[in-house]
Amino acid sequence: MAEMTLLEAVNLALHHEMASDPKVIVLGEDVGDNGGVFRATVGLKDKFGCKRVIDSPLAEALIGGVTVGMASQGLRPVAEFQFQGFVFPALEHLMCHAARMRNRTRGRLTCPAVFRAPFGGGIHAPEHHSESVEALFTHTPGFKVVIPSSPQRAYGLLLAAIRSNDPVMFFEPKRIYRTVKSNVEDNGNALPLDTCFTLRKGRDITLVTWGACVVESLQAADELSKQGIEAEVIDLASIQPLDMRTIFASLEKTGRLLVVHEACKTGGVGGEIIARTAEHAMCLLKAPPKRVTGMDTVMPYYRNEDYFMLQEADIIAAARELVEGWK
Amino acid sequence: MNIQAMPMHRFIDHKGTLVTPLPAWLSHDMLVSYYRDMVLTRVYDNKAVALQRTGKLGTYPSHLGAEAIGIAIGRTLKSDDVFIPYYRDMPAMWARGIAMEKNLQYWGGDERGSDFHSESAPHNRPSRDLPFCVPIATQCTHAVGVAAALKIEGGHHAALVTCGDGATSKGDFLESINCAGSWNIPLVFVINNNQWAISVPREIQCGAEFLADKAKGAGITGITVDGNDVVAMLDAVKTALEQAYRGKGATLIEAISYRLSDHTTADDASRYRSEDELQQAWQYEPISRLKQYLINAGRWTEQDETELLELCRKDVEAAVERYLAIIPQAPESAFDYLYESLSDDLHQQRDAIINKAMRMQGAKHG
Ligand SMILES: Cc1ncc(C[n+]2csc(CCOP(=O)(O)OP(=O)(O)O)c2C)c(N)n1
Repeated sequence: MAEMTLLEAVNLALHHEMASDPKVIVLGEDVGDNGGVFRATVGLKDKFGCKRVIDSPLAEALIGGVTVGMASQGLRPVAEFQFQGFVFPALEHLMCHAARMRNRTRGRLTCPAVFRAPFGGGIHAPEHHSESVEALFTHTPGFKVVIPSSPQRAYGLLLAAIRSNDPVMFFEPKRIYRTVKSNVEDNGNALPLDTCFTLRKGRDITLVTWGACVVESLQAADELSKQGIEAEVIDLASIQPLDMRTIFASLEKTGRLLVVHEACKTGGVGGEIIARTAEHAMCLLKAPPKRVTGMDTVMPYYRNEDYFMLQEADIIAAARELVEGWK
Repeated sequence: MNIQAMPMHRFIDHKGTLVTPLPAWLSHDMLVSYYRDMVLTRVYDNKAVALQRTGKLGTYPSHLGAEAIGIAIGRTLKSDDVFIPYYRDMPAMWARGIAMEKNLQYWGGDERGSDFHSESAPHNRPSRDLPFCVPIATQCTHAVGVAAALKIEGGHHAALVTCGDGATSKGDFLESINCAGSWNIPLVFVINNNQWAISVPREIQCGAEFLADKAKGAGITGITVDGNDVVAMLDAVKTALEQAYRGKGATLIEAISYRLSDHTTADDASRYRSEDELQQAWQYEPISRLKQYLINAGRWTEQDETELLELCRKDVEAAVERYLAIIPQAPESAFDYLYESLSDDLHQQRDAIINKAMRMQGAKHG
């Protein structure tokens, strides 16, 4: 076991799976000699050669389409987009082809591909480098959407994504790429892609979150605990499919739901979680559910970015309101 | 293969020797003024990188080595033409009349950096130029729209769009030159072929020897130009614009140059690019050859050079001071330009960001 960053865990999973399955191909812009703009693919080209680690021309639609083609023939391509904001040129290939291949061919062909992209704000990046659009892909039937928030989960979920026979949008929270460290065992064990992870037990309120916001949510839970409020913190990890069973089980104890995500509020995944709770578990609730989310505006450039980012204080305030206002 | 040593449209070679007679419209006085522009933008570039290193600027894409391309574009475009830049185009924007501090403001993380009024535009009215484009090659399609609009308007104006060599791999680029050919619109494409797209070398982008050859399939004029020779660039841009003004359609100019810097301040080019290659490229760079030419022609001295550098440093320092003195935008400005008017819900979110900002600023100061 070694202590490593989330980014290194992604790299480790790629090394592991390329070594154990010759069908795994890594492709994208700068993934070869440069090891990717964030260095997620470092060392792969040296180890596996330029037939399996492919620097593509600068063309995301091409990357999307080539990946679909490779996957249709039984390869397991893992495509890298440099930032989630640059997935958009490839959307036609992702939505019209990757997500529908199985359905279109009635199962004759599939698209066992992984599309990786760093996402989210808070790193003082330029325009179009801070998107959080997981809802867009969650709303497209045919994809699995996965977001790891710790090194070990990044490792296990990426293995699962590569082994999945369906296309997986794998979004990596770049704000915590290098700041979150933990021990990772290179044991080849995949994690389930349909289960969320309960990171902290609590009786008073259920905090459901994912990606980099997991960090602030856990901090908030610690602070709330000092104030006498015990929060259960759930890392959703798998956005599509949504594991509502774990959330409902938690709500049976707490009766209070707070969803925390960085993406814009309107049309966000938080709304879906709350809607499902209203449909199926209304009677578990002691208080109306609540969201702490990004605002419905364009992510400001970096001078004003901090005002947009969620903070521990935002989560604490919302949680207290929920618990104290609805005793 | 050293592509910079290949035959292409060129007047002054890398040793400062005239290899083709200067165009008739170009005087030595003009050349001196372009030289001064190029030096100024290089001094600016060095300063901008230093500002990033000291935390006063965000990620910054240096234009080191692209000065001749930018100055030729900025000085040749007329004020009524429309410029559609990509992110490495500071010299062209500056030469077109956009203040240096606007560029600093943009890379300093302030949206108002794209709210420029071109001082060269008539009556200082808002510029019609588009803001910097970050998603690669998308600006090429916008440029087709701009040029079509200019054609419909019916004046004798043109649009000019820039992109990198990597951008020419994207469908957007190919669709744009194709459409420009079929619509016969007043548009000039300039490829800053600086040999690298982050870590990916030019030959991995496509199998063509010259990117200008892509023009043939689109039915437009294509020309490969020494992008380190400001005269060749001026000549090519001028000819292309004149062709556009006369309704003779679009031109694709491939400017062969070299990115002497890292891709951006977030990149480390030594990971993928050899020191030898870089050193060789420095021998072809645009400023020293023009200086040598002007010295040989008796139009420049080391004394002039010293004075110029002093002046440039002063100008740049003054721009930096103006940049640093800019009052920050209000946090709620994130909502103020989203729609013509805000819904009640967005008003509430706007109020929420004001409250949050007051809390955060209170925590910082209190
Ligand atoms: C659609 C898209 N994909 C990826 C990126 C990330 N990116 C920024 S600059 C760059 C390389 C561009 O190379 P080139 O077009 O040659 O221009 P240069 O930067 O070399 O001037 C890449 C891949 C982006 N900005 N937009």
